[in-house]
Amino acid sequence: MHLSFTEMHTPTVGLQIAVDRQLYTEQSEFQRIDVFECEEFGRFLTLDGYMMLTERDEFIYHEMMVHVPLAVRGENIKKVLVIGGGDGGCVRELCRYDHIEHIDLVEIDERVVSVCREYLPTVACSLSDPRVHLLFQDGLKYIRRVSGEYDLIIIDSTDPFGPGEGLFTMEFYGNCYKALTEDGVLVNQHESPFYKDDARACQRAHKNIVHSFELSRLFQAHIPTYPSGHWLFGFSSRGIHPVHDLKADWWNSLGIETKYYNTNLHKGAFYLPNYVQKLLEKVEEN
Amino acid sequence: MDQSRVPILTALEQFKSMRIVPFDVPGHKRGRGNPELTRFLGEACLTVDVNSMKPLDNLCHPTTVIREAEELAADAFGARHAFLMVGGTTSSVQSMVLSVVSRGDEIILPRNVHRSVINALVLTGAIPVYVNPQMNDRLGISLGMSVSDVKAAIEKHPNAKAVLVNNPTYYGICSDIRSIVKLAHDAGMKVLADEAHGTHFYFGDNMPCSAMAAGADLASVSMHKSGGSLTQSSFLLCGQSMNPDHVRQFINLTQTTSGSYLLMVSLDISRKNLALHGKEIFRKVTDLTEYAREEINQLGDYYAYGRELINGDTVFDFDATKLAVNTLDLGLAGIEVYDILRDFYDIQTEFGDLGNLLAYVSVGDRERDLERLVAALSDIRRRYKRDKAELMRQEYINPQVVAGPQEAFYAEKQSLPLENTIGRICAEFVMCYPPGIPILAPGERITQDILDYIRYAKEKNCLLTGTEDPSVDTLQVIKGVISPCI
Repeated sequence: MHLSFTEMHTPTVGLQIAVDRQLYTEQSEFQRIDVFECEEFGRFLTLDGYMMLTERDEFIYHEMMVHVPLAVRGENIKKVLVIGGGDGGCVRELCRYDHIEHIDLVEIDERVVSVCREYLPTVACSLSDPRVHLLFQDGLKYIRRVSGEYDLIIIDSTDPFGPGEGLFTMEFYGNCYKALTEDGVLVNQHESPFYKDDARACQRAHKNIVHSFELSRLFQAHIPTYPSGHWLFGFSSRGIHPVHDLKADWWNSLGIETKYYNTNLHKGAFYLPNYVQKLLEKVEEN
Repeated sequence: MDQSRVPILTALEQFKSMRIVPFDVPGHKRGRGNPELTRFLGEACLTVDVNSMKPLDNLCHPTTVIREAEELAADAFGARHAFLMVGGTTSSVQSMVLSVVSRGDEIILPRNVHRSVINALVLTGAIPVYVNPQMNDRLGISLGMSVSDVKAAIEKHPNAKAVLVNNPTYYGICSDIRSIVKLAHDAGMKVLADEAHGTHFYFGDNMPCSAMAAGADLASVSMHKSGGSLTQSSFLLCGQSMNPDHVRQFINLTQTTSGSYLLMVSLDISRKNLALHGKEIFRKVTDLTEYAREEINQLGDYYAYGRELINGDTVFDFDATKLAVNTLDLGLAGIEVYDILRDFYDIQTEFGDLGNLLAYVSVGDRERDLERLVAALSDIRRRYKRDKAELMRQEYINPQVVAGPQEAFYAEKQSLPLENTIGRICAEFVMCYPPGIPILAPGERITQDILDYIRYAKEKNCLLTGTEDPSVDTLQVIKGVISPCI
């Protein structure tokens, strides 16, 4: 018997994984949720057939989403909002900082949280931390009512083709700007610059962010199971700079053990390939 | 009648399975002759883009499947007869006007009619008697006709042949159509209803009164708006007093002899869908709209109006599926918010006028799309709010009809720069589109107020149409002097 999972990254290129067994499947109100197990990546979660995370490489994504802003803003980050991220990966990394007082997780699909708690415990392990507050609703709707409240907002969304669409829009970023404190920082997953359709989504998101924030820089990481393996993240603020304002010594003094992130990589991650710079400059000009 | 039947769809499906060799038009021959178009629209679509033929009936003189589709539609709408129309609701409106008024006849109508109505007057040579639809000054929108104003017009023009009613207006406002029908019928006049925005009145619960239920004689229904059929498809409904065979003669004056089966089958399927599921569909639309209205009203400065406008007369009823938002307190014209939404937020709304924005909500909408609209309005308020002192409010400009629309349209004309046209008689239309309600119609005197309005609308980037000069720097006016018609 041969069982395999395929996700097409373009109409002609795909990622294929030989599956050992399917652990779970469900059609929730919002999307189809599946958990599989395989030899190379351990367990993995897909939503509507798109790879969300694998046990083997999720650390790259979650460490970059969380430690980059924390190493810049340090102990100023007391109150955090995570939008999406029902798997709990970002929350797990956030909970490693004792000085963080309050974490709100706004996830549209309650089922994602339940499924991850049961089948991906190494990722969802901190969702029961007393500082974490789970809110099951549309992130776009939630953010609209918040003003000047969060020191850090992390947008851990699915791709912009589906329920995550609203989280790539100008109205969303604009409302995030309003929800942040004066020195607050927004970090978002920013799609891949490589394949044509992804690159366009990436450009659109960037265009919407630069129209909303005074400062916006992108950084990159290498994630084997995401399309092209080359992934971008956004760092936006009213002026706080992700490299100039880096508190490397402070962060290193904490002794947080990471598998991907370090403060040298932090600086390097903001130096982008030429083709990516061009892609972004195109929308920054207008 | 069995509303689950779809005679045109059934006939087309049967026709496909017969695999007939086409030596008739259209020349693309099931799409084979135009591969690029077939690739774009899909083979399924092109194979039923066919001509009238025996198994598929003929729109100009229907006897079989189109006839049955018309009867089913009539039953669904509670009409004596229903015509499938393929030239847009514009052609329904024109046919309905042509059917009841001819040259020199008077027709009583509110000024906020769609241009298609006055176009029809150009065609027939009838003379408009305008009823001031009253304004809501706070919102800057025209309302419905007051029953007493209609009564006065009827008394003043006892020989008028018909009264035309918007049911509802683009903004969702309804006149007391039952009372107007009674007044008109008592005076021996027909009642025509422009129901371009009222398809759902026939199917939803707790909706304003439909024209057929009110006893109107003819109604034009844009099935392609809230009814879900393809753009350009429409119904013309006949009330009990009308002879459908007579009306068909007028339709056939201007309607194509190559009626599109794509449009007709879309009417057939949509009629079935509304007849079977209309209640549920429009409950959902109403719920979505009410939700958005409530949320928008909590943002501050925006006013998404609803049933609280009802005043028993000029706002006799309000269509709760309409989501119109007044933007004046924000210091922005509706058209400005409309442009910002499209240019920066990738949200296309139906139209913006000087003070309002209309978002069209339908069965195709999802809650999350409405969230986007609300969030965008909230963000626009944060970024763009400004002092509202410089905004012009729309005011009702009483039209001075000096010549009949037909006479003016065909008169000898000259083109003059805007500023030199004061006091002259306009020979063409000027309107913002949408909503397509004329600022000037052929035969009306041009005044300073009208020119101010045109200049302001241009400055706010409204799309002005109707004129020969696309930039509306000049207007066509009647040459010399003409004798007033009324």
